[in-house]
Amino acid sequence: MPNMSLKKNPMPSQDPNVRNKNFDEVALGYTEEMAIDEAQRCLNCKNPKCVEGCPVNVHIPEFISKVAEGKFDEAFSVITSTNSLPAICGRVCPQENQCEGKCIRGIKGEPVGIGRLERFVADYHNAHGHQGGAPAVPERNGHKVAVVGSGPAGLTCAGDLARKGYDVTVFEALHQVGGVLVYGIPEFRLPKAIVAKEVARLEHFGVKIVTDTVVGRTITIDELMEEGFEAVFIGSGAGLPMFMHIPGENLKGVYSANEFLTRINLMKAYKEGSDTPIMELKGKKVAVVGGGNVAMDAARCAKRLGAEVYIIYRRSEAELPARAEEVEHAKEEGIIFKTLNNPTAILGYNNPEDKRDPKNGSVMGIRCVEMELGEPDASGRRRPIVKEGSDFEMEMDCVIMALGTSPNPLIKSTTKGLEINKKGGIIVNEDGLTSREGVYAGGDAVTGAATVILAMGAGKTAAKAIDEALSKK
Amino acid sequence: MYRIVKKRVLNPTVTMMEIEAPAVAKKAEPGQFIILRVDENGERIPLTIAAYDREAGTVSIIFQIVGATTEKFNHKEEGEYIQDFVGPLGKATETEGLKRVAVVGGGVGTAIAYPVAKKLHDEGCHVDLIVGFRNKDLIILKEEFEAASTNLIIGTDDGSYGKKALVTDLLKEQIEAGAKYDRVIAIGPVIMMKFVCQLTKEYNIPTVVSMNPIMIDGTGMCGGCRLTVGGETKFACVDGPEFDGHLVDFDEAMARGTMYRDFELHAREETCNLFKQEVK
Repeated sequence: MPNMSLKKNPMPSQDPNVRNKNFDEVALGYTEEMAIDEAQRCLNCKNPKCVEGCPVNVHIPEFISKVAEGKFDEAFSVITSTNSLPAICGRVCPQENQCEGKCIRGIKGEPVGIGRLERFVADYHNAHGHQGGAPAVPERNGHKVAVVGSGPAGLTCAGDLARKGYDVTVFEALHQVGGVLVYGIPEFRLPKAIVAKEVARLEHFGVKIVTDTVVGRTITIDELMEEGFEAVFIGSGAGLPMFMHIPGENLKGVYSANEFLTRINLMKAYKEGSDTPIMELKGKKVAVVGGGNVAMDAARCAKRLGAEVYIIYRRSEAELPARAEEVEHAKEEGIIFKTLNNPTAILGYNNPEDKRDPKNGSVMGIRCVEMELGEPDASGRRRPIVKEGSDFEMEMDCVIMALGTSPNPLIKSTTKGLEINKKGGIIVNEDGLTSREGVYAGGDAVTGAATVILAMGAGKTAAKAIDEALSKK
Repeated sequence: MYRIVKKRVLNPTVTMMEIEAPAVAKKAEPGQFIILRVDENGERIPLTIAAYDREAGTVSIIFQIVGATTEKFNHKEEGEYIQDFVGPLGKATETEGLKRVAVVGGGVGTAIAYPVAKKLHDEGCHVDLIVGFRNKDLIILKEEFEAASTNLIIGTDDGSYGKKALVTDLLKEQIEAGAKYDRVIAIGPVIMMKFVCQLTKEYNIPTVVSMNPIMIDGTGMCGGCRLTVGGETKFACVDGPEFDGHLVDFDEAMARGTMYRDFELHAREETCNLFKQEVK
């Protein structure tokens, strides 16, 4: 008999007023009892809609029924048969738009907490190890594949191919493995120790990782192919941050979200002993412009550094593109939402008396206009329109632009015959194949800024296509 | 980990290190840069490539001790290792078709000017290498400069060596004396590059400058290295580091460069104290 409770088991979390001062993980995870109780809410549908909603096709009812039986190891095997990074997906996927969004239980009441259960299973596995020792490493099949970038797309592609016996080498430009999982998503949402464990599991399956290598500069795609790699997957990720092209964007104290988050997450600028500086934000005012997950991450980091933080977003709260849980967490932590507002200029300090005043060129405020929503635009969302004469100014010390990114320009400029679209994304077919034979691509390098799970789905699709192409050879 | 093959102290605050990094050496070109981290908690700092030896698989960089990272780096000795060394990054200097060029360098920037001058000189271009230092004791790489130029002109701020003149004055003298330059390449402190560009604009001489802004990843991700060039936002790591000097907003670049000055000074002091304690 299933558990007919209309509500999900709530996620145990750190108290908002405690956690907004530390970088420890916010959500603490289900206990075994909570997980079994939640798993019993699943109706085990014959035709499971949730699986259709999952970009990497996790066999959801199957793993959940294992959890309900208390067979957590078996549940882990079910998940990892299609998903290389379960501890990560359980934490950062927008489940409400995917698996949980399709769950029948969600029609009347809340859907099954699929993401929370996935996280529980992965964490249980990481804490207890696999019963019967480490899983067997498949025999090598002699085919070499190169993966560019060690973010979610690259790691998924590498993991899937390594499990099939391919000799996979991942090339990472930074000094640390994980791409956006380590430089972008903060510790309090995705602890870096978890990323390291997921990567270690891929290495166990034979994935080799080379850091400090910028493909397109240190070595080109063509040189990789000359070195004997039979296929290359490009998962080089998000590129240059976008700006609004308003006055004052290059003042001191204006960061792109990428830079702000990289200083904090990758370089640990907030920690004693890190050599990387970040602006002192204690008691300062910070405006984060944008409404996506990256904006929420930047805002919550700034809050943890002691600032009073505003989110400035041009549409209304209903249109915020961030995961519902991130918005909720941000509010609980005391982030102030200024929706239906749009910046028109960032105001800088200038002392006409003293050209050498060190404050010259620093942010001192932001000018905004109020917005209202008009007819839906091409994206289906109601278009924001400026309310004439509604200009106002707010004092600010720091402005963080979280407006998305355009794909990384390095590879396309150094790879002949690689076709790109108007926005700079690499053009691929439904298998992830680019205009170059043997060269595949996926993730933000193709789509522009999107989500971890979509990048993983693209890595998975390309891995399948690469396997099909190379196994014929 | 990357081994320090050779360390050479060029003057009390400027050091040259030759690093074993075959993959970088294989691809390095004048005008490009690398990013390094000294140790596990180290920050990523960009440094322009001063020389490379493809056969030996080494890349040389020259740095001035300004903050905690360069202070720590300077305490490393031959045979020791640094954590990370990645590159080559940025675009290489374009030298094609140039017949006569003035390469203008100031202070430690002269070290960056050196490989550019050498490449031009090797390609048969007439190179006037104009370098400026505060005083005689700070002059670096004199023999290398001589070998890489048709005409080496050294000036000092105090007149203790060569002419007592700024590089802009020395460049102006050459132009006034009839030197017809296809291009001026200026590398050094932002303020120096600004004034070189003001001068060459008067004479309508195309001028390229090499920018060295604050940077983290160096691959076109963080956007920290942005500059305004001709009214547009450009990123030094992928669009540069060299730009048309007549279009660069130098005042903005100078302001952005001071973002972490207090932190750097403080961090360097702390690092120095740590090393002093170790000596005791």
